Amino acid sequence: MQDGADARAPILEVANLRTWFFTDAGVVRAVDGISFRLHPGETLGIVGESGSGKSVAAKSIIRLLDEPARIVEGSVRFRGRELTTLPESEIRTVRGAGIAMIFQDPMTSLNPVLRIARQLIEAMTAHGTFTAAAARVRAATLLGRMGIAAPDSALNSFPHQFSGGMRQRVMLAMGFANEPAVIIADEPTTALDVTIQAQILDLLRALNADLGTAVILISHDLGVIANLCTRVLVMYAGEVVEEGAPEDLLSDPRHPYTWALLHAAPRMDQAVEGDRRLTTIEGQPPDPRAWPDGCRFRARCPFAIEQCARHPELLAVGAGRAGCLRGHRPGGHRAREEHGARRPRYRRRRARPA
Amino acid sequence: MSGVELALQTAEAHASAAGQRRRWLRRYGLAAAGAVVILAWALAAGFAPWVTPYPPDEVNVAGRLAAPSAAHWLGTDELGRDVLTRVIFGARTSLAVGFVVVLVGGVFGTLLGAVAAYARGWAEEALMRATDLMFCFPPIILAMAIAAALGIGARNTVIAMLVVWWPKFARLARSLVISQRSQDYVAAARAVGFGPVHILLREIIPNAVGPLIVLVTLDLGNAILVFAGLSFLGLGVVPPTPEWGSMVSEGRELVSQWWVATFPGLAILTVVMGFNFVGDGLRDWLDPHARRR
Repeated sequence: MQDGADARAPILEVANLRTWFFTDAGVVRAVDGISFRLHPGETLGIVGESGSGKSVAAKSIIRLLDEPARIVEGSVRFRGRELTTLPESEIRTVRGAGIAMIFQDPMTSLNPVLRIARQLIEAMTAHGTFTAAAARVRAATLLGRMGIAAPDSALNSFPHQFSGGMRQRVMLAMGFANEPAVIIADEPTTALDVTIQAQILDLLRALNADLGTAVILISHDLGVIANLCTRVLVMYAGEVVEEGAPEDLLSDPRHPYTWALLHAAPRMDQAVEGDRRLTTIEGQPPDPRAWPDGCRFRARCPFAIEQCARHPELLAVGAGRAGCLRGHRPGGHRAREEHGARRPRYRRRRARPA
Repeated sequence: MSGVELALQTAEAHASAAGQRRRWLRRYGLAAAGAVVILAWALAAGFAPWVTPYPPDEVNVAGRLAAPSAAHWLGTDELGRDVLTRVIFGARTSLAVGFVVVLVGGVFGTLLGAVAAYARGWAEEALMRATDLMFCFPPIILAMAIAAALGIGARNTVIAMLVVWWPKFARLARSLVISQRSQDYVAAARAVGFGPVHILLREIIPNAVGPLIVLVTLDLGNAILVFAGLSFLGLGVVPPTPEWGSMVSEGRELVSQWWVATFPGLAILTVVMGFNFVGDGLRDWLDPHARRR
């Protein structure tokens, strides 16, 4: 970014991105027209159920997907530079150095036969940012910063000598090795147990605060995202259906899918009283090879009306956006529910006794 | 006795030093024996001029076809040359040819297969069809044809063998790289910004090297056998270079002078079996499933 540029200029801007898989069984439209902006130092969460396209969206940003996946439309601009059309040799200079990525399973994301030192040092020398000697010194510092005790002996270890949490710390060290401007964390805590999860999230938060690295956190867990992010995207069926601040989203969801997602998760702060039950979302997510016309959540939505057969735009609602025809209108489903005019027809199941 | 007690006793027996030695012997005894045999042959070949009693080409027509004796432990051949000397010198050719063919063919085939598997698409397809084509012919027949076309001589025979040798390594390397390329660590390496050359050579191949080493070792015996076979058929070395295959060939009609053909034959047998035992041992050692038994 040039000096004097608007501090609020986005560092990453994704516009109308479509990533489709051209398989023998048909075209899977995994990511189907998503747009969002990420500002420097921001923490953006992407939430959605399995198959909603969040991982594919993340991988599309640094073009990690191979055939049969193809970015068929849209743009990804990083520091004003278009990434979708960059030659492979140049996108490589962005990966790791500009935008780094952390994966879900730390047990398999490290090379099993190479020592930690070599993996970390080579990550740093790959972009010529550091000399081998400087990288060696920095590797130990980084591991220490990631909360690994005795970083020097850790450097000489093989991945299998570490626990999952330790490995994810090593992955974070790799991710932050070249001081990227953006780090994409694709479900970084899903494979870890709850206490380690919290530690890793705290670490990510601290790194974001200290280094100013913008974070895109992908998760299916709204709690994880609310914990860390200043803004949330909700994805469903390859689209963004709602965007907003986590507090607004949690207290006042505008899209029925977000609403349903919230009600499908147990909450610590809400006692399980007689009538309070967990709801499931009726039906299955639609087939990504043939998304339904109109609103893609329509078939599962208890609030659907005839007009939902028209595809809804993502419209500004309050401080965020929502892609529901009725979400922003007086007399929409929220109003109805508040007045008790109609209870949603989600199937109800009894919450487990505490 | 309860099952627990039995298990404990078994564990104790295994923990004892004698038990451990027995288990090690059962698993790696043959491999160790093979290694000793190969080492002995390698030393003999390396120090051939010093450990042999006669020069390899010293002709002594008066003492031709002499039976094994104190002067000639393994007897003499049709030209009165010492069989022991020629068998030891023959190890030089056999071992050298085996290593050259397997290492050069192995490295070339591995790189080709690995690159093709990582590149995918038409490169992979073309390579696989090429190896299919090579596998259509029995390797020794194909090598014979090529060696015959190139002319007799050790160098041409080695070239002929290399032509038929790389496909199996290309096949194995391809399958190993395919099983590795979709691993998470490869995606992670790409996300760090590594290029395909680095990922293939520094990340994937170190993960695939175990089975390749096993194949190399098992194949050394095989290469020596094929070269001896080609020499036996008259395509290998130019006489009077001592070579096991051609020595067997020279002695094959001398029924009553059995030593002329038998000893070089035994030499081939011991070296090939030695490499096979070492290869099997390496495979067991590198395969965690077999190791846990």
